[in-house]
Amino acid sequence: MATTITMPQLGETVTEGTVAQWLKKPGDSVEKYEAFVEVSTDKVNAEVPAPVTGIIRELIAKEGETVPTGAPIAIIDEVVAPRQAQDDVSTPAASGSPSEQVAAPYATPTHSAEANRQGATDPVPGGNMGVPSASFNAPPSAASNGASALRQAQGDVRQAPGDAGVRTSPAVRRLAREHRVDLAHVRGTGDHGRITANDILAAAQAGPSAGVAATISADNPEFTAAAAPATAAPPRPASAKPTYGTAQPGELIPLTQARRIIAQRMVESKHTAPHAWTMVEVDVTNVWRWRAREKDAFERAYGVKLTLLPFFIRAVVESLAAFPLMNSSFTDEGIAVHRDVNVGIAIAAESNLVVPVIRHADQLSIKGIALAAGELIDKARRNKLGADDLAGGTFTVNNTGANGAILSAPILVPGQTGIVTTEAVVKRPVVRVDDSIAVRSMMNVCMSLDHRVVDGAVASGFLSDLKERLEAMGPTGSL
Amino acid sequence: MTATEQQTGTSVMTNVEAVRTTLHDALARDERVLIMGEDVGSRGNVFLITKGFFEEFGPERIIDTPLAEASIVGVAIGMAMEGLRPIAEIQFADFIYPAFNQIVGEAAKTRYRSNGDYTCPLVIRTPYGGGVRGALSHSVSIEALFYHVPGLTILAPSTPADIKGLLNAAIECPDPVLFLEHKKTYRSVKGEVPCGYYTIPIGKADVKKTGRDVSVVSYGYNLHQALDAANRLEGEGVSVEVIDLRSIRPMDKTTILESVRKTRKLLIIHEDNKFGGIGAEISAMVAEEALFDLDAPIRRLCGPDVPAMGYALPLEEEFMISTDAMVEAMRSLAKF
Repeated sequence: MATTITMPQLGETVTEGTVAQWLKKPGDSVEKYEAFVEVSTDKVNAEVPAPVTGIIRELIAKEGETVPTGAPIAIIDEVVAPRQAQDDVSTPAASGSPSEQVAAPYATPTHSAEANRQGATDPVPGGNMGVPSASFNAPPSAASNGASALRQAQGDVRQAPGDAGVRTSPAVRRLAREHRVDLAHVRGTGDHGRITANDILAAAQAGPSAGVAATISADNPEFTAAAAPATAAPPRPASAKPTYGTAQPGELIPLTQARRIIAQRMVESKHTAPHAWTMVEVDVTNVWRWRAREKDAFERAYGVKLTLLPFFIRAVVESLAAFPLMNSSFTDEGIAVHRDVNVGIAIAAESNLVVPVIRHADQLSIKGIALAAGELIDKARRNKLGADDLAGGTFTVNNTGANGAILSAPILVPGQTGIVTTEAVVKRPVVRVDDSIAVRSMMNVCMSLDHRVVDGAVASGFLSDLKERLEAMGPTGSL
Repeated sequence: MTATEQQTGTSVMTNVEAVRTTLHDALARDERVLIMGEDVGSRGNVFLITKGFFEEFGPERIIDTPLAEASIVGVAIGMAMEGLRPIAEIQFADFIYPAFNQIVGEAAKTRYRSNGDYTCPLVIRTPYGGGVRGALSHSVSIEALFYHVPGLTILAPSTPADIKGLLNAAIECPDPVLFLEHKKTYRSVKGEVPCGYYTIPIGKADVKKTGRDVSVVSYGYNLHQALDAANRLEGEGVSVEVIDLRSIRPMDKTTILESVRKTRKLLIIHEDNKFGGIGAEISAMVAEEALFDLDAPIRRLCGPDVPAMGYALPLEEEFMISTDAMVEAMRSLAKF
């Protein structure tokens, strides 16, 4: 029976998905629950398991194509065979039987670095963030070599248990992480193009550019120089594409799916929302002291580091309540003011940026925010963020100070009206209200805003309100 | 059999000769050593291992027993606990079942049960394995039936030099040892054996051939086929490391893991049927200890899960693993 697989809804607010990579091609057999396609939505990749066992008849959606949820993406000829251990998938049932629509089951985010997690703090370079890991497809039937009739009767046929659907071995994933080799750039020499441990070691020895050059040189002789030892530059073929600038070409880093999406959204944001920028400086001496007093006990009690971030977000949600226009989206029908206050926090994960969301942040205490943020940061580090962790933000906070910046002009998350930064906390001599000079911990808070929605008055009002709230926070408060 | 052995150099002998000379030297060296079993006396054992012993060492040290395996082992346990060094023979491993309780319930637990007051320095020798047209009751592999038992050492050496060193170690061992001799290797395997007395430590595997691409763990008759298969593959540029397990329990984790960490691929070969065999324990151990070094699924090439080895030649050949099958399994794992 032919089963039509549709694009699953990867999260409650998601309306479309992009086919990042087909893990199977037409004619391949697929087991129920076996991953057969990688789908990406905003910054998250998910492997979609097959809802039935069968043979892939047709892949309707192309790699890179974005389709609405519920749209057909593939057809699988379901195989209804007596399931015996020694039975390989037999011939597909006659197609043309009544067709059935099956939404692919809810998929979980891809974690190609899963097996590395034991004691690993950093995922495989390019492991999760949209880089399709190498995969190979087992032939429809894994016949065992020289397996005898007697052995077959024993169910020993599967010479290589787990052949079907094997993607990368634990050793490959570990070595890729240790040598910082991006699997996407390695050509597999194993069975069916599987990347072997030796392939990783060879790639590591060749250095980063070699793998890249090898993949490019096939269609672009321009880059062969990068792979070859630096001897005389190769003669330029007449058909060569123009080089970028006159500099000798070095490394060309292919775009990962995540990089591509980030680029798209940044451009979209800058092109649609006229960004305006403003800044206040905040005296965080008291709140800093409060944090210092609480942090050890807090970490002991909850296992989460108490940073300035939850105090800041608490002040932000209070200011948003006072200036609800800052918590809105510009639409052609009007300004949609959001009832929910969902604060996104920008986190650098590996080489990418992710912005998971603290839902209903306005309903959380400082402690609640700290725990929610801690969980999201931990998930981000472990590549465990799901689509729902990343959807639905209404306002964003970006801790640019973590990298030592004291001024930043952030780009809005598309659809949001404001994004604020917490810059580095710096001790400075400050002239106080009574003209005395004191050493205070100062922090700049920068904000980019969508000028279609609000003007300077609201923006400055919001920031001043935020500054007042932060400066009023102190050791007498409660978490 | 010359009563005066040369003490230096080496001599070439078969596996069965290695068993015979080692037993002879032990009887001559230590008067606590005695041999008991079916047909070990005047018949000189079915493989002629004890031929002439009865005349040389007398009826008190070379004891013919009734066909009663439980009694053979039971009596030997008593002797061992009281200070003798009995070597009990079970004529064929297929007949060991009546002695199961004595071995597992008594011998293996003696030291523990007596809180160390008693030990049980007993060796139980038995020929095992198929490929010699031994049919249903002279072909069985029994190692997996016993290797679950703490307190029992199981040895299965497959070369004459290893047989001599490990049999000496077994006789010295203060606790019970089940000593398995693959009957197909008795006369088909020949090798250099150092002269003079020596032991090989119990619990040590031996890398019989080094290699880069695949690790193979095997023992018994299969080990020699695995070496042949590995040598054939050298010509194809496939480099296989062959480990002789030798000691089934205790199992040498270190040697196996070192090899697997190097080659990242493991194939286990044993004639005993696959389900719950020694290979299962090795697989589990490697999966627990070296998952992140594995570049391929662990594979096992084993006898089929059928109740016994048939007498008909096609059935026997079907049961025994062919060298060709080993070549194929090694090749495909190397290629994986």
